[in-house]
Amino acid sequence: MSAVVLFLLVTACSFSSSSNKNQSNIITNRGSDTMVNLALAWAEAYAKEFPQVEISVSGGGSGIGIAALINNTVDIANVSRAMTDTEIQEAKKNGVYPLQFIVARDAIGVIVNPSNPVTNLTLGQVSDIFSGKINNWRDVGGEDRPIVRVSREVNSGTHVFFLQAVIQLGNPTDKTIFAASTLLLPSSEGIIAEVSQNPNAIGYDGLGYITSEVKVLGLALDPAGPFIEPSSTTVRDHSYAIARDLYMYTNGEPTGALKEYLDWIRNPEAQQVVTTLGFIPIT
Amino acid sequence: MTKRRKLLEFVIQGLIRLCGYSAIVFVALIFLFLLQEGLPALSEVPLSSLLGARWYPIQNLFGLLPLLLGSIVVTLGAAVIAIPFGVATAVFIAEVAPRWMREILKPFVEILAGLPSVVLGFLGILVLVPLIRTGFNLPTGLTALTGSILLAAMSLPTIVSVAEDSLDAVPKSYRDGALALGATKWQTIWRVTLPAAKSGVLTAIMLGLGRAIGETMAVMMVTGNAAQMRWDALFYPIRTMTATIAAEMGEVARGTTYYHVLFLIGMILFLISFLVNILASSMLFRAKKRAERMLS
Amino acid sequence: MRISRIVTQRIAFTLLTLVMAATMLGILAIIAYIFLKGLPALSPEFIFSMPTHGMREGGIWPAIVGTVYLTLGTAVIAVPIGLLAAVYLSEYASDSPFTRAIRIAIVNLAGIPSVVYGLFGLALFVLFLGLGSSIAAACLTLSIMTLPVIISTAEEALRSVPQAFRLVSVSMGGTRWQTVWRIVLPQALPGILTGVILGLERAAGETAPILFTGAAYFLPQLPKSIFDGTMALPYHLFVISTQVPGMPVKIQYGTALVLLIFVLAMNLVATLIRSYYRSRRQW
Repeated sequence: MSAVVLFLLVTACSFSSSSNKNQSNIITNRGSDTMVNLALAWAEAYAKEFPQVEISVSGGGSGIGIAALINNTVDIANVSRAMTDTEIQEAKKNGVYPLQFIVARDAIGVIVNPSNPVTNLTLGQVSDIFSGKINNWRDVGGEDRPIVRVSREVNSGTHVFFLQAVIQLGNPTDKTIFAASTLLLPSSEGIIAEVSQNPNAIGYDGLGYITSEVKVLGLALDPAGPFIEPSSTTVRDHSYAIARDLYMYTNGEPTGALKEYLDWIRNPEAQQVVTTLGFIPIT
Repeated sequence: MTKRRKLLEFVIQGLIRLCGYSAIVFVALIFLFLLQEGLPALSEVPLSSLLGARWYPIQNLFGLLPLLLGSIVVTLGAAVIAIPFGVATAVFIAEVAPRWMREILKPFVEILAGLPSVVLGFLGILVLVPLIRTGFNLPTGLTALTGSILLAAMSLPTIVSVAEDSLDAVPKSYRDGALALGATKWQTIWRVTLPAAKSGVLTAIMLGLGRAIGETMAVMMVTGNAAQMRWDALFYPIRTMTATIAAEMGEVARGTTYYHVLFLIGMILFLISFLVNILASSMLFRAKKRAERMLS
Repeated sequence: MRISRIVTQRIAFTLLTLVMAATMLGILAIIAYIFLKGLPALSPEFIFSMPTHGMREGGIWPAIVGTVYLTLGTAVIAVPIGLLAAVYLSEYASDSPFTRAIRIAIVNLAGIPSVVYGLFGLALFVLFLGLGSSIAAACLTLSIMTLPVIISTAEEALRSVPQAFRLVSVSMGGTRWQTVWRIVLPQALPGILTGVILGLERAAGETAPILFTGAAYFLPQLPKSIFDGTMALPYHLFVISTQVPGMPVKIQYGTALVLLIFVLAMNLVATLIRSYYRSRRQW
């Protein structure tokens, strides 16, 4: 019986003592799914050099990282889009002061099944496809097949970026949104899986996720071309239309182990990891 | 009895009483927290908007109808598959199978209840999704139907075990009477045993489907999560309430409208399961009462 | 012409047998398929080493340990509470409207969707009590979820102990608690154990309740305290089957198999205890 009472006491204690985050060399890192594998690779590489520092990495989406930062439950938020003013205001209300670091660049490729004869689309066509104005591949020069639109979940930075940069064509007053029939998959991997096995599908994904199982389309601003595929060259010279920065956010100026880690991420050695994962380094 | 003994007895009784009340406390706590976090949504979002047909929360479109429809379609699909399989299996186990077979079959069905839903979802993605797309010639295999099949598998053990129990509880004298009148074994099952166990079987179905409507992971992995409304939704991607919470909850900051609406969805799920369970247990209760009356 | 009732019976029984066989074969097929596909992945290394290369290589040790921690933690909290609640219902409570309300509450607790438990855990344990996303918060959430299973099976086991046992004890001067502790509980132990294991089996396999309360995508080291987050097998399977690009199928099936073995073993133990003691019971 005493054991039972002890159990209850332990439980009661765990209620009353509050959690103790931010122990000296544990760095918690959470957010964008686009960046999660990059963050993971960095954490692994860093742990080899500095075994005394422990870095935990979770994904879930940029929104999840931002929410965690606002609730002050994380040291670094990985975010694949800039934080909005509303989000920064909310953070400040909670006594959190987000500080932005650009850690890599990423391009978004529009992808289809390799058996799809379509190779090029204009941004306008992509917008019309995802907003539901175009529903058959025939209308953009393909076979007579229904179009299945595949997207990331709404909590993904990639989703928001694609909405603003492609569907609304960068026009902030444009209220066009995804067609209701768009499949919302909880992950980048899910998109590749669906597009690679479904000849009807069209999707988009960060360059780092795109494998040879899917076909990347060339994009152009107007029908005359030129149609450009995403690559590190076309992203660097700004000829590819949908590219963006990837960010890490901290609460205020980082210090100690956190600062050392963020400095390390931006050095050439860590940026080499960026290239091997299919993203574009900042240096 | 010594004083110490008495004191011990007193303390332990108090502890036992406290734990005995725990279930009520927890249900109340869950409901309170859902209310506290979910009710503000009703004042922040106009009802007409909540009843809208479009769910796109990052642009403040909080229409819940497509999510409700999604959950209902998947569950009904599961019902169509699970009810015949579940009831037939229960009848077989309770009425047809010899004793030794029963002892094997019952734990076997229980294994299905223990299968984690991610394992089923995982198999669903790899095996079922391509099969559904090519088999039914659909634009995509991530459909409500795919989810229904997985949910049917998950609700089957509940349906089988509750239905089997209620068939088992039908007094032997009923069967003996029917057989003595010259009925075949099947006529006895069909005309006497099943009708006598009707409310138990209905309860089994309700509990099974109650479990189905609350299932999350497997459904999120295979239904495509598109919040669309169409009459032939069973063969197209849909988005359920549970998947919406699981996919989006982590994202939102505490105290925002979005956060409140997700808790409102949680509240709706809670109320649905509450209704289903109250109805099911009152049905069982009445059936028991009637059986007692008839036997006395 | 009417079909004879003998023929009807034959048709009906054939149909019943077929449906039953299909159900059983389905279950068998699922299990066999995972065993077949997963077995080649299993090795001591796969089980006992940390994941490497963005989880695409190495083992799943932290996920296994995490699931063990979560299961044990849930047991520590839910078993004493559930057991005492069952004792209350079977030995102390009278059949009053209040007792009936408790029973209704238990039935309802059992029916609440797992994701709603996740919401509740997030609101109460993670945010309100400030436990953060941690083992403690996840275990508390899972405990409340398993409570109804434990209470109802334990109560059934207690009730099956014949009334005569209690009468003898009380007539010899035993107090109520002595009767319960020395006489009733030991007799009901096998039944209680079965219920506890079945309840914990469900906790071990669940993902939705720990999604926002304690599960981590990747941790480089094992959790050190109950206030750390943890990896867990079901969440890990979800992650590697939907989130990580280029994940080898072998590792996915291997993880699914380990999780399956974990719950099947618990199920087997529960079934064995039940049938062993049922055959030995003398009353």
